[in-house]
Amino acid sequence: MSMSFHLDIVSASDSIFSGLATMVFAPAVDGEIGIMPRHAPLLTTLKPGMVRIQADNKEEKNIFVSGGILEIQPNIVTILSDTAIRAQDLDEAAAMRAKEQAQSAIDNKQSDFEYAKAKTELIQAIAQIESIRKIKKRNR
Amino acid sequence: MSNAKEIRTQIKSIKNTQKITKAMEMVAASKMRKAQDKMLATRPYAKKIMQVVGHLAASHPEYHHPFLSKQPKSTKKSGYIIISTDRGLCGGLNINLFKEAINHIDKDSQPNFSLIGKKSLNFFKKFTANLSSCVQNLGDSPVIEDIIGVVKNQTDAYLKGEVNKVLLVKNTFVNSMTQKPEVLQLLPIKQSNDKEFKHYWDYIYEPDAKSILNITMTRYIESIVYQALIENISCEMSARMVAMKSATDNAGDLISDLELVYNKARQAAITQELSEIVAGAAAV
Repeated sequence: MSMSFHLDIVSASDSIFSGLATMVFAPAVDGEIGIMPRHAPLLTTLKPGMVRIQADNKEEKNIFVSGGILEIQPNIVTILSDTAIRAQDLDEAAAMRAKEQAQSAIDNKQSDFEYAKAKTELIQAIAQIESIRKIKKRNR
Repeated sequence: MSNAKEIRTQIKSIKNTQKITKAMEMVAASKMRKAQDKMLATRPYAKKIMQVVGHLAASHPEYHHPFLSKQPKSTKKSGYIIISTDRGLCGGLNINLFKEAINHIDKDSQPNFSLIGKKSLNFFKKFTANLSSCVQNLGDSPVIEDIIGVVKNQTDAYLKGEVNKVLLVKNTFVNSMTQKPEVLQLLPIKQSNDKEFKHYWDYIYEPDAKSILNITMTRYIESIVYQALIENISCEMSARMVAMKSATDNAGDLISDLELVYNKARQAAITQELSEIVAGAAAV
C-alpha cells in the first residue's frame, strides 16, 4: 500500500489536475480539510478558495477553485470544480433573466396567436416568483 | 448580344456566391475542430459527476432527493429544454430537431418550453405560448453559467410539481456527416441498474446529506445540458460545413451549365454576323 492516492480536479469545461498526491488541502464548506490516503468516504461542498496539493513527487501545487463538490472514495479523491462563484441568489437571478428573455420574446410577437394565454401564464409565473421570494425572506 | 451579356453577369454573381460559401465551409471546418476539442474537454466532468450521482443513488442517505424519485403530484405536463443553434445555414439540423420534438410532444399535455438558441425561439414562438424561459446568442464557446437560468426554471417547475418530467431535446454528434436528433429524459433521473453501483458503503456527508445532494443533483443536470449544448455546436459546425460544401458544388454545376449556354450564344452571334457580312458581300 503506497501512501498516495489518485486526485482528479475537473471543471465543466476542462480537466485541471489528474495524478497522484500524498496530501491535499481543500476549503470545505465547514472549514479547510486535509485529506491523506485512506480517508473515509466523504462528500462535501467547497467554498471558493485554494486547493493545496502535495503531489507524489514532493511538488506542491496551488489551484484556485470557485466552489464545487469534493468526493472522497477509497483511494480516489475527486474535486468537481465550478467555473464561477455560485450562490443561491445568483442562480435565482439567472433564472429570472431567462424568464425575462422569454417574456420579451412573447412581447415581440407579431401575431396575436394565443397571446392572451401567454400573458395569463406569464402573470402566473410572476406570481410564483413573488411567492418564492416571500417564503425565502421568511426563512431567513 | 444582350443575351450573352446577361449570362455573363449571372455567371459572375454565382461565382461571388460560390466564393462566400467556400469561405463559410472553411470557417465551419476549423470551428468544428475546436468545438470537438471542447466536447472532449467536457467529458471528464460529466463522467465524474455521473459516477458520484450513481453512487448516491445506490447508497442510502437519510434524505431522498426528489430528482431521483417520481413526481408524486400527477400532472400530465412535461417540461422541454430544446437546444438549437443561433444561426441558420446549417442544412436541416434545426428542422430535423424540431420535427423530433413535435413528434414527441403530446399536444394535450400543454408542454412547458425552455429554449436555448434563436432558431428554436423563432420556431416555437409560433407553435406554443408556454414559454417559460429562453436564452440566445451564446456564441461559439458558451460557459455553464449561460444555461443555469434555463435549467433552474425547469428544475423548479419540477420540484413544484408543475411538470411531471423534464426532457432534453438535442442533437447527437455521430460523425461529421451525421447528426441525430434525440429526446432524453432529464428528470426524474433514470437510475441505472448497473451491477457496478450495487454496493453497501455510504459517504460521510458534511454538513448534511440534503444540502449536498441538492447541489450535486443541480450540477449533474446542468452538466448534462451544458454537454448537450457543446455537442450541438459541433453538430452545427459540421452540418454547416456539409451544407456549404454542397452549396459550393451546386454553384460550380450552375456555372458550368451557364458557361455552355454563354458559349453557344456567343457562337450564334458570331455566325449571325458572319452570314450578314457574306450576304452583304453577295449583294454588292
